[in-house]
Amino acid sequence: MSTRTKPPAPLEAVAGAFLARYEARPEHDATRARAAALFRAGGLPSPREEPWHYTTLRPLADAVFDAPPADPAPLLALLPDIAAARLIFAHGRFRADLSVLPTGITVRTGAPAWGRLARPAIEKLVALNTMLAEDGAEIEVAEGVDAGTLILASLATGGAFHPRHAIRLGRGARLTLLEVNIGTGAYLNNPVFSVSVADDANLTHLRIQTEAPDAFHLSTLYAEVGAHGTYDSFLLSLGGRLARMEVHARLAGEKSAAHLNAAQLLGGSQHADFTTVVTHDAPSTTSRQTVKNVLTGRSRGVFQGKIEVSRGAQKTDGYQMNQALLLSGEAEIDSKPQLEIYADDVKCSHGATVGELDPDQLFYLRSRGVPEAEARSLLVRAFLDEALDPITHDAARETMEGMIATWWEQQTP
Amino acid sequence: MAAVPETLDTVQSVTQSGYKWGFSTDIEMDLAPKGLNEDTIRLISARKQEPDWLLEWRLKAFAAWQTMTEPHWAKVHHAPIDYQDLHYYAAPKKKPGPRSLDEVDPELLAMYEKLGIPLKERAILAGVEGAGDERPQVAVDAVFDSVSVATTFRESLAKVGVIFCPISEAVRDHPDLVRQYLGSVVPVGDNYFAALNSAVFTDGSFAFIPKGVRCPMELSTYFRINARNTGQFERTLIIAEAGSHVSYLEGCTAPQRDENQLHAAVVELVAMDDATIKYSTVQNWYPGDAEGRGGIYNFVTKRGVCRGARSKISWTQVETGSAITWKYPSCILQGDDSVGEFYSVAVTTNRQQADTGTKMIHIGRNTSSTIVSKGISAGRSDNTYRGLVRIMPRAHGARNHTQCDSLLIGDQCGAHTVPYIESRNRSAKLEHEATTSKIADDQLFYCRQRGLSEEDAVNLIVNGFCKEVLKELPMEFAVEAQKLLAVSLEGSVG
Repeated sequence: MSTRTKPPAPLEAVAGAFLARYEARPEHDATRARAAALFRAGGLPSPREEPWHYTTLRPLADAVFDAPPADPAPLLALLPDIAAARLIFAHGRFRADLSVLPTGITVRTGAPAWGRLARPAIEKLVALNTMLAEDGAEIEVAEGVDAGTLILASLATGGAFHPRHAIRLGRGARLTLLEVNIGTGAYLNNPVFSVSVADDANLTHLRIQTEAPDAFHLSTLYAEVGAHGTYDSFLLSLGGRLARMEVHARLAGEKSAAHLNAAQLLGGSQHADFTTVVTHDAPSTTSRQTVKNVLTGRSRGVFQGKIEVSRGAQKTDGYQMNQALLLSGEAEIDSKPQLEIYADDVKCSHGATVGELDPDQLFYLRSRGVPEAEARSLLVRAFLDEALDPITHDAARETMEGMIATWWEQQTP
Repeated sequence: MAAVPETLDTVQSVTQSGYKWGFSTDIEMDLAPKGLNEDTIRLISARKQEPDWLLEWRLKAFAAWQTMTEPHWAKVHHAPIDYQDLHYYAAPKKKPGPRSLDEVDPELLAMYEKLGIPLKERAILAGVEGAGDERPQVAVDAVFDSVSVATTFRESLAKVGVIFCPISEAVRDHPDLVRQYLGSVVPVGDNYFAALNSAVFTDGSFAFIPKGVRCPMELSTYFRINARNTGQFERTLIIAEAGSHVSYLEGCTAPQRDENQLHAAVVELVAMDDATIKYSTVQNWYPGDAEGRGGIYNFVTKRGVCRGARSKISWTQVETGSAITWKYPSCILQGDDSVGEFYSVAVTTNRQQADTGTKMIHIGRNTSSTIVSKGISAGRSDNTYRGLVRIMPRAHGARNHTQCDSLLIGDQCGAHTVPYIESRNRSAKLEHEATTSKIADDQLFYCRQRGLSEEDAVNLIVNGFCKEVLKELPMEFAVEAQKLLAVSLEGSVG
């Protein structure tokens, strides 16, 4: 019998490279060392694990991220034209020179903002982030303060980086956080967010993921909402070669609410995965989700949404709607809405539909003189409207609608 | 709702609480020694005087099984199963295969009488007394532990060319048919429990409906586990040739025992062009006691393939029994324009666990499927719907509609929904809806106000909740199923 060792599987090689990078760090504090031990034992997620059933990180093995990072300043032009303070991160590092600091919000940068919600022992990408995080923003809005709008942007031209952000809203505080991810070239952006919304507070989190076509975007967000508080989020996912946006929202206080709306627009051979877990842990909590997918080319869209209702979380009201439009013969949608319920006095439902543009609707518009291309565009916009509707920030909504229009033009030859 | 007063009568007529099928019958048994190895399989094969090809097939399955591990993805928990601590063959001592009903052990006949399954060719399933003289006829195959003890109406079926007999007999009398189709839908290595079944299956029913024949009566198999420390591994194979039609019913019970017993069956259905198979199950294995002691582990693989164009397979199940249910009756929609249906009611109470659902695999063009699942959880039970709808790239115009509803009774139970929806064809249209709720206070109030007791009110509402599924059952079974629902939920209110 030969004793040759098996060559490492492609993903093991990628994990090995991350570990080597960790070993090369000058110091290994306890937090990172614990995460490194977890990552060494667990490696990267594989499709054999149920939460990764539809998304494989295998393409990471063929990607090269070692291009020397270039000057990110030109990317600033791509930021939404919204008058607001901005925190700019380039390649995972805070850039004070490019940022405009807000007033009325406490911001600390220069080190990872670990937060207290992340679970590196469960989410493997969070172990990876914890092991290699260099920087992040700790954003704090004090009790009762309405802090307006803040832009948090990630710019990149290459490399692999793991920003670690924490956002904390005091009792009754309000904030609109506009998160933008943009770049050029090939890179890996693996951010982790820890979001706590205290009682009566309200965080509106608008997220734009328009990474470069060769980029990987793997983000994990944990949110915890206190009594009468709201975490209200909308994700527009357009970019990247492979994107996985994972959200764990826990409704911890009575009458708290979470909205996790999203639109994934994909073309070419893009793969995007929106995975959410909403945990109703207190009575009379509400969750709402409208997730829309528009798929062209050979793209593949994934939506996994789980509503968990803990024992005792009576009067829970959970609703989730997930719809997909397949506009080409080779696109694929995989959807797994999921209910896990341990309380009896609840109202939970989900719905999912998959199909192409309704020929009757097309015919209706054509018969009224609307050219086919325009009719299709109208119907796609109408399809997305339901997810965009809850956005109350007019300027952000306009920006996103503009991005959707540009995307659509690129898809139609 | 004309059925309501009758339903309530039925409910009231069931005064006995608990599991009324829990008696055991003392019958002299021929048991294989405990344990599972190649010798056990050779012994089973020898007892059944099987041809060599079947023994080889079994051994191949056994080899596959040994390389596999028990699946743990379902939302169920149980102590590890000791596969070496079971008898894999148990048969009533008597010469196998009685020529006529007169030769059947009177003890056995009495037992089936007690179960309401009279093995006499005049009778029908219990439950619909006074249905007039126009009683539908039902052919019954009775499987007792490992062997089939009687099959009724065989001659009238043979006249139209329908073969309905124990599968062990089919192996002997129709070897080519069995060899052609056995394992063609559920291959020996399909999954852990299917591999185990393929290695050690002992009996089950075989039905063959020839071209263009509409089977003149319902076919049914009644399964009974009786012996202690046995596993039951039956195998059912139904083949519907082009243009034929058959409706098949299956029922099952077991004695009340403190230890868990394993039931790992495989059912394979094949429907050719324009054929229809309707498969109905009322599953009432012993569910264990209120503390979760005892009960059947029901780990079953059921799959049908719509091989021909315009063929149709329809599964209807009412699951009230078993300590643990792990079962996903599926349809592979291969033929163009073929149709798959799944109608299910699953009730769990006490500490029962059910993880059940379906798979609809759309391969052919214009295939369509419908899924209606109703889960009812009470007590400290867990009830999961797990289903897959997959549209393959060539399935143009495929269509699916899924409706999953869960009803919770009490705040210590769980209801879960885990659908997988995968589409790789843009012209396919899929809809999925799921809801979870409890019995609404205003519904209860309405019934109470009209003088119904709380328990009757709950039964009425539960029956209404399940109506979409129950109406798919053949009439005799629908009545039995309603009774079962009432008995299962007894004591879970208030």
